[in-house]
Amino acid sequence: MVNQTAQSSMNWSRINRGLIYAVLLTAALFYLLPLVVMVLTSFKTMDDIRSGNLISWPTEFVFDAWSKAWSTACTGVRCEGVEGYFWNSVQIVVPAVLISTFLGALNGYVFTKWKFRGSELLFGLLLFGCFIPFQVVLLPMAQTLGLLGLANTTAGLVFVHIVYGMAFTTLFFRNFYINIPGELVKAAQLDGAGFFTIFWRILLPISGPIIVVTIIWQTTQIWNDFLFGVVYGSGDTQPITVALNNLVNTSTGVKEYNVHMAAAIIAGLPTLLVYVLAGKYFVRGLTAGSVKG
Amino acid sequence: MRAISMGAHDRPEATAKAKGGLAWLERWLPKMVLAPTFVMMLVFIYGYIIWTAVLSMTNSRFLPSYDFVGLLQFEKLFENDRWLVACTNLGIFGGLFILVCLVLGVTLAILLDQKIRQEGAIRTVYLYPMALSFIVTGTAWKWMLNPGLGLEKVVRDLGFESFSFDWIVDPNMAIYTLVIAAVWQSSGFVMAMFLAGLRGIDNSIIQAAQIDGATLPKIYRRIILPSLRPVFFSAFIILSHIAIKSFDLVAAMTGGGPGYSTDLPATFMYAHSFTRSQIGLGAASAMLMLGGVLAILIPYLYSELRGSRNG
Repeated sequence: MVNQTAQSSMNWSRINRGLIYAVLLTAALFYLLPLVVMVLTSFKTMDDIRSGNLISWPTEFVFDAWSKAWSTACTGVRCEGVEGYFWNSVQIVVPAVLISTFLGALNGYVFTKWKFRGSELLFGLLLFGCFIPFQVVLLPMAQTLGLLGLANTTAGLVFVHIVYGMAFTTLFFRNFYINIPGELVKAAQLDGAGFFTIFWRILLPISGPIIVVTIIWQTTQIWNDFLFGVVYGSGDTQPITVALNNLVNTSTGVKEYNVHMAAAIIAGLPTLLVYVLAGKYFVRGLTAGSVKG
Repeated sequence: MRAISMGAHDRPEATAKAKGGLAWLERWLPKMVLAPTFVMMLVFIYGYIIWTAVLSMTNSRFLPSYDFVGLLQFEKLFENDRWLVACTNLGIFGGLFILVCLVLGVTLAILLDQKIRQEGAIRTVYLYPMALSFIVTGTAWKWMLNPGLGLEKVVRDLGFESFSFDWIVDPNMAIYTLVIAAVWQSSGFVMAMFLAGLRGIDNSIIQAAQIDGATLPKIYRRIILPSLRPVFFSAFIILSHIAIKSFDLVAAMTGGGPGYSTDLPATFMYAHSFTRSQIGLGAASAMLMLGGVLAILIPYLYSELRGSRNG
């Protein structure tokens, strides 16, 4: 009798585990499918696309769509592929990420180790900047960039990304530095170390993890930005997201789905690589501040 | 406060006098370092919000003008069918997107927390869409949902000849395709948040409940889900924020169409401010978007700040 119940509960738990794996794998399929479809489509010819279906294997793997997407596809009126836009994005991302990360580190340092009357309020006000819908600053910023002669320039986009990325970078560093004992700073002060010496010699050397998190976060945010790119960039300075959207949605004539997919993969590849190479930090960056403990 | 006063007072008198200027510098340096950020914040966040508020009360069209018309633009907005559609769409899109992400996220996290083999690999698969932009996401799903060559054809090739799946070109259904794509992009992240929350729960409570003879479903219902409340809360904030700002996904997938059936407030704002020369109306819609975010955010920040003061 006892043996029988044990047996049946064993069976139940085996069925349960089977079900769990089935659900998990179905979900995995849902997440993987679009990527698989993108890759397969990008290696097909248009004839192959019309005769097969999304998940049919290419009759032969051709790279035509890739070279077309990179160098000759039309993004609006110009037909030079996405190559130039890819490098535009690189030129925007690199300075914007480095500067906003550095400023975030300095701000976080002051907000935690050099608190002054009102600094908490200041931080609260800045934190608010993480949450505003950017639509509410789009029009004035467009005016300002025009006045400064930065409209439609790479420098203008870098500037915008620094300004509106800083709330986040400050938040990251502030939350990291707040857990570093203040005694460390006080001891260094007694030894005569000044503001910047403490920052360079004591705080920065132990900031490795949070620097990585912040750089990854900012890189994905800025690389993936579309709103600022489409409003403040034009022609020569547009980032890759805008070029991809133009390629897919404003080009006239026959829709070349294989080219669209190749361009989409090119646009997604840098952040995907960052994620694969440093996924652990990526997750930590994404959940930072949102999950306590 | 304390750090600064220590720097100023604990030094020997002589050096303090000699370094009078330096001590002054030390005291003001932190504020000087913060000054650029402070100014930028004041101008580019708060100043611009006020500027937008001012624009929303003018009759600006192609260029900003400063002829004040009071709240006329807001009145116009609520008589504008396209705006009402955008708001309704945000309700449908946001509601479903948040709900599905939360349910999917917590379910997958709980299942993944059952000592699953290859957990790391599965987690990576769930989360990678988060690395992709909404433009790439939209491009991929637009192709997947292509009536004729997309999923419809896959099912037809399986033998279901009359299968039809053309939501993306159907004005009544297109909004739901946005939900599918957005859930695909963001739900893995919600799962990761819940998983982190689950891993943070004290095991001894669960073991004690087990000893008391509580069944597994009961443990989940009574102990684990309630202790995930803060995660539900944060996820809700993040997801509603994503929903209100949603712009790129619509641009890439439907362009707001067919017609304006998939317009959201963000696409409405962009269209009127930058392509339809209705800056006043665009600014008014931006102010209402800010209002929407604040309505969700202020209670949240309030409880957060109170919590940290108590903690």
